Amino acid sequence: MKVGCTVNGEARIVDQVWEGESLLSVLRERMGLFGSKNACEQGECGSCSVYLDGTLVCACLVLGGQANGREIVTVEGLLEGEGLHPVQEAFVEAGAVQCGFCTPGLIVATHDLLRRVPEPTEMQVREALAGNICRCTGYAKIIDAVHLAARRMVALQRAAI
Amino acid sequence: MEFLQPSSWAEALEMKSANPEAMPIAGGTDVMVEINLDRHRPASIIDLTRVPELTEWAMEDGLLRIGAGVTYTRIIDELGARLPGLAMASRTVGSPQIRNRGTVGGNLGSASPAGDAHPPLLASDAVVELASVGGSRRLPAREFFTGPKRNAMRKDELIAAFLLEPAKGPQQFSKVGTRNAMVIAVCSFAIAIDAERRHVGTGIGSAAPTPVTAGEAETFLEGVLDEGGMWEKPAEVDEAALTRFGELVAAAARPIDDVRGTAAYRRHALSIMARRTFGWAWHEYRMKASA
Repeated sequence: MKVGCTVNGEARIVDQVWEGESLLSVLRERMGLFGSKNACEQGECGSCSVYLDGTLVCACLVLGGQANGREIVTVEGLLEGEGLHPVQEAFVEAGAVQCGFCTPGLIVATHDLLRRVPEPTEMQVREALAGNICRCTGYAKIIDAVHLAARRMVALQRAAI
Repeated sequence: MEFLQPSSWAEALEMKSANPEAMPIAGGTDVMVEINLDRHRPASIIDLTRVPELTEWAMEDGLLRIGAGVTYTRIIDELGARLPGLAMASRTVGSPQIRNRGTVGGNLGSASPAGDAHPPLLASDAVVELASVGGSRRLPAREFFTGPKRNAMRKDELIAAFLLEPAKGPQQFSKVGTRNAMVIAVCSFAIAIDAERRHVGTGIGSAAPTPVTAGEAETFLEGVLDEGGMWEKPAEVDEAALTRFGELVAAAARPIDDVRGTAAYRRHALSIMARRTFGWAWHEYRMKASA
């Protein structure tokens, strides 16, 4: 079947999608967007976190057909022009990236947290990222990165006012 | 595989009637796992996320009628003050990503004995509204669960909504698992104190073939509160009565040994959770009474 949706601001239509195929598979295998990672395929790891109509979801749990006519934003869509998003920069600088496999999902989940809660407490960070599993870092540097990103984004916003 | 995508409730019911084997999907947090891991491949699938009626909730004759497609995130944000027990249970569901998609309707449809929404629904005497092209019927949650992952739905029916009263007193929920997020309950317990009806409602999760209530424990505790005149003049409930309440809750469970825990552990944990959650709820009741 056909699936048509807006992905990172661009209208996309792909054909010959299997009816049981997940949005994650559509993004990766049909659209060539490999930022969202395929790990657990059961919503446990958060590596495929994307926005669906502005809501943070696991793309592996969305049926391709359910995305018809919807707006998707993947990690690729968070880039600001040619540059990295402040969340991405903070992850690099804080050493929150080791093997990198969980990073795209964590970036999108952090992005979602910081637009809802610009200055989160550590508890709020832990709660917001509870659905994203990293097997390298032990999370300390990830949490540092979120706080670093938060500080910078708040400062940028204040400077803009 | 056939993909059906109704855009109204009437159309959804017609499609389900014409395709009784079709698997309904809402947030996909159960159904997609089955498909992705190739455990189950339905011949047809009916997507309910375009049915606006399912995402609405409203007060109706003193009851909250909540569409089957309302997500856990929305229950927490929009109904947390009126349904504190269900909201507490909702906060323990999965992760933000899962709560953003998962629905109570889906939890009821899957009818897992470990479903997090079930104990608070039982404790609050919730009612499940089922519908088909022939009409709709309402079934108490206590009669809805018929076996492990089995419920009282006919094949031509869909879950329209669930109904329950806004809390008439303190409510609590407790769940045992290996971490705070992303766990299937080892066992769980919900309590709802109804000050108007002088009723204590209970719900036990993941410790019997279905979610169950602890009727004897409810009657016992109501007796203790009635005898002591505690509804009017709430005082501390004595230790022996609390212990007995815990024992009766544990006795109402019919747990098994499995990968998540042993039957003996589940019974023990339930007895503790029962007294603890009642303790929290009763403390709140006393504080309000003395305020």
